Order: sequence, then structure tokens, then C-alpha cells
Amino acid sequence: MNMKKIIYIILTLLLTISCSKDDRGVAAVYVPTPAPLQIPQVFSDNILPPIIPPGNPQTLEGVALGRKLFYETLLSADNTQSCASCHAPANAFTDDTQFSEGIDGLLGARNSMPIFNAAWNYDNKFFWDGREFGLEMQATNPVENPIEMHNTWQNAVQALQNISEYSFLFEQAFGSSQITKMNVVKAIAQFERTLISANSKFDRHLLGTYTLTTAEQNGLNVFMDEAAGDCFHCHGNPNNPLWTDNKFHNNALDATFTDLGLGEITGDPNNNGWFKAPSLRNLSFTAPYMHDGRFNTLQEVINHYSDGLQSSTTNDPLMKNVSAGGNHLTPQQKSDLLAFLLSLNDTEFINNPNFQEP
Amino acid sequence: MKKYILLFAITTILFSCTKDDGVDFTTTSTPITVTFTQNFDGDAITVNEFNNLSYTNAHGETLSLTRLRYLISKIQLHKADGTTILLRDYNLVDVTNATNLSFTTTDNIPTGNYTLSFVFGFDEVDNQQNYIPLNTVSWNWPAMLGGGYHFMQMEGKYTASGSTTQEIYAYHMGTARVSTGVFEVNHFTVNLGAVTIAENQNIEIKMNIAEWYKNPFMWDLTQLNNTLMPNYTAQKHMQENGATVFSLGN
Repeated sequence: MNMKKIIYIILTLLLTISCSKDDRGVAAVYVPTPAPLQIPQVFSDNILPPIIPPGNPQTLEGVALGRKLFYETLLSADNTQSCASCHAPANAFTDDTQFSEGIDGLLGARNSMPIFNAAWNYDNKFFWDGREFGLEMQATNPVENPIEMHNTWQNAVQALQNISEYSFLFEQAFGSSQITKMNVVKAIAQFERTLISANSKFDRHLLGTYTLTTAEQNGLNVFMDEAAGDCFHCHGNPNNPLWTDNKFHNNALDATFTDLGLGEITGDPNNNGWFKAPSLRNLSFTAPYMHDGRFNTLQEVINHYSDGLQSSTTNDPLMKNVSAGGNHLTPQQKSDLLAFLLSLNDTEFINNPNFQEP
Repeated sequence: MKKYILLFAITTILFSCTKDDGVDFTTTSTPITVTFTQNFDGDAITVNEFNNLSYTNAHGETLSLTRLRYLISKIQLHKADGTTILLRDYNLVDVTNATNLSFTTTDNIPTGNYTLSFVFGFDEVDNQQNYIPLNTVSWNWPAMLGGGYHFMQMEGKYTASGSTTQEIYAYHMGTARVSTGVFEVNHFTVNLGAVTIAENQNIEIKMNIAEWYKNPFMWDLTQLNNTLMPNYTAQKHMQENGATVFSLGN
């Protein structure tokens, strides 16, 4: 009896809902097509699933819109720059300059970060100093940043709203043709989450379809040896093929700091000079290196860790032998380490047709 | 539908009957919470005390902590009749990020008297398994050192006795490498003694960091401060000193 009553109530409710909708002429609740991320085996074998915010599920329409917006110059005040201006696919979604030029010709003080496997950044802290939480919030920043796209969100949204195609695409992706800042960054974030890099030589080695060369294998040993490279404490390992811990470290670049990094955000002087460890994937496409792009080549990077460490009060204790400048790798160890690092390049990723300008 | 309801009713009655026959109604069951705390000879340490050179070890070095994580596994209650209850298969205590500082059991534990034990690190069987949550936080121990997982990662700065120069240390523990390709287990079992489980019992497992540096091996941090992972002797001293590190709270 109770059960029957409940069923009756539910049916009535459903009927009421359907009726009111019919009245307004809307056929049904519009649901964009779910498009869950395809998780590569090297990730599902080893690490936890990616972070998708409940309020922004991946959909075909959302990703397609995000891709178009990623390459959309209307987002900048003078319609000359898009996200891709500083985050180009050929560079694993960074650029090839030390600092990137904004629309007014102004330069930032930090190197543009590459974008891939961002959904596996479990702490969800973005930028070199981790100041934005979530990819959506990250994407709100460059549009208004005076040294980047130097626009207002009001202008950017209006510029998109003036184009009827966008009204249609936003309707398709979010069920409303009324464009909002939040829906713009949600779409961009959905596209960015599809930028998955997991098909390097080393990934194929993990899957058993590629045999490492002697130099690559020796280089891995340098990487994993606490008495040599000791890279793995911050940069992942074969069981964490993100090749970063996505945490913050002071990697002993400087004795004193002009850029406080994480310390600027937390206000804790112990965090001064701490920056996010970037992934070691796709290094051949992402020069120059470090948060300030100070090193043009990977040889310079390796030399820094081997011989160039600078002592400061906030050094990460993982930076061994800092008082001696580093662990002093031999030339052979350095070239092996480089060979291993290059095995993390993923050319399929940078050439993926789904990621190019639509 | 009616059939199912009937079936359900009968099943319920059947189960109730077995219970009536076998269970002592004076025993109740309760979820319990296990909390991990850290101190340096009684000075409580949380992430708020990190980066302060506030602690002096037995050998005379003054030290701070900047990062502290440690792995506890096979956390078990033992009854006098020899039966055991597994409270948790493993728990990675991360003081730096204030995660897994405590856990509450999902199963109810019968109240009563037990003894409590756990393994520091993983034993040789568990250490061969693939733990996705541990890989995710880069807790792996290099294959060249026997593989598996770190047992502890304790890092910070120190000054030698009479000096003001800050040096760094990284006290990392895991499987010990005897020689190339030859490894020795390095975990240890801790028996914490008697515990009484009452309703919503909270058990505190205390780690006295000072003990890692003094008992029985007097640790000289000016000599043993980094690259300890491939250092067999250092790894075995960690295992020896670990025996007196843990105790039950009140």
C-alpha cells in the first residue's frame, strides 16, 4: 500500500514535470553527450583516476567548444592573442620563449607552462606558484592579466555573444545560449583535460612494446639512484609516469630570491623560492626550462643539478650535497640521463589532430 | 513481489535465530579511531612546528622537520584466544600535508581487551604488491634498492653542535641493499601491548622522533645525513632504533 502510494506520487510528479515542460515548448532536459576521458593504461595501471570537478563533466560538445575557444583570439582585448599564442601544440602547449609577450608587448617574469595530463594534478593547484585552484579558475586569469590578454571578461564574453555560432555551441555544450565567463572557462578546462600525453618510448617500454637502449636504461638508473641523479623524489618514477609529484620545491637555483614563488602566495617565508615541479615529459618541445626560463638546453639543466646548486635557507632537503654544488655526475652519467629524459618525449601527443586549431 | 517479501522475512527470522543461539549479548561492537601523533621527547610536533630548529638529538645536533611521512601496515588487534582483527591493511601518515593522521574503522569491533600490533613499513610480501594510492604520492622505493615502497621519509635542516651553519638531512628508510641485487628486509613489527576497546575508542599511536636518533645506535647526523637509502649500515641502524620509537597514548 505504501509502495503503491509512493509510485503514484512519483508518477504524478513526473507527469507534472513533463507537462510544465511541454507547456513551455522545451522537448526535454537537454543533456550534452558524455565524453569521459580515455585513461591510458600506463596511468590506470599505476595511479589514481584523474580529477574531474562534479560541476564540469567532460562532454563532446564541451570539449569541442573548449578547443575552439582555446584558439579564439576574441578573448584578448585587441583580438590578436588566444590561449594557443603562449600554449602551442607543437611546444606541448607552452611556447619557445623565456617570457611570453602579451598584447601590449609586455613580458611576464615566468616561463609559460606546458599543458598536458593536467587532470592528474591531484592537488589541483595551477601556475608555478600554485595560486589558482582548478583548471577552470586558472583559465580566468590570462584573459584579464594586463601583461597577457589584457581584456575584461565582460568584453570577452560580449565579443563571443556577438557571434551566432557561439550562441549555438554554448547551447549545445551547456544548454544555454547565454554565454557566461564560467561557461567559457569550463569549456576550455574540458578541452585541456583531454590533452593527455602517455605514448612516449618509455610508456611503450612500460607496456612491453619497446626495449630501452642501453643509454636510456643507464639513464633511468642515474635518475633512480639517490647517490647520483636522485631525480625521482620530485619527478615521479616508472610507477608514477606523470614524471612529476606536482608539489612545490626549492631546487637550489638561487642563493637569494627576486621571485618568491609559493612564498608569495602562502606568506610563509619558508616557502620562498619554491615552485611547482614540472613534468619531465615532452622536454624536447618545451625549452627553455625552469620557472624563469633561465636554461636554454637540457644540458644546462642537468649541469645545474649536478654541479650548480646554490645554498639558501629554504632549500628543499631533497637537494643533496648542495654545499658541494650537487652530486657531480660524470659526463657519461649526464649523457645517459639525457637519453632517458628524451625517451619521455611523446611526438604523437604534439601531433594529435584532435588538439590542433579547429 | 510478495514472494520476495516472504523470502526476506524468512531469511531475517532465520538469521535472528542463529544470532540468538550463538552471540553473547553482553558484548557490543563499536567503530574505533586510531590516531597517529608525533613528538620529540614529549614536545608535540605537527606541521605548525615544521621548519623551526627546535629539537636537539642525543648526539647534539639541533634539527628541524620540513617533511615527514611514514608507512604503517597490518594494524591488528589480538585477542587472548589467538584471534586477530585487522583494523587497516596500511596507512601512510603524511604529517606535512596533514593526511591520514587518523582513521576510523569501517567495521565494528567488539569491545573488550586486546593487544595491538603493527608493522612499520611493509613486510616482504606486502612490499611486492602494487599500491596505486602509494604510487600516486610518489612513495616508491627504487628497484635497484629492492623496490617496493619507502617506509619513512623524514627531512629537514640541522646545525652541528656549536655551529650555526644549516645543513640539510634526508632520513629515508626502506628495504636495505646488501650488495648489487642482494636485498634484506628492513621492516619491523611493533607490539604496543594491552588496549581496552570501549564505545568509540580512540587509540593514539605516538612516534617519538628522538628515539630514531639514539636507542641503541647513537646517530651522528653530521655523518649520516643524506644518501642513506643505498647505505646498508644506516638502514639497519634505522631498523634497530625504530623498535623504541612507538608507544600508546593515554
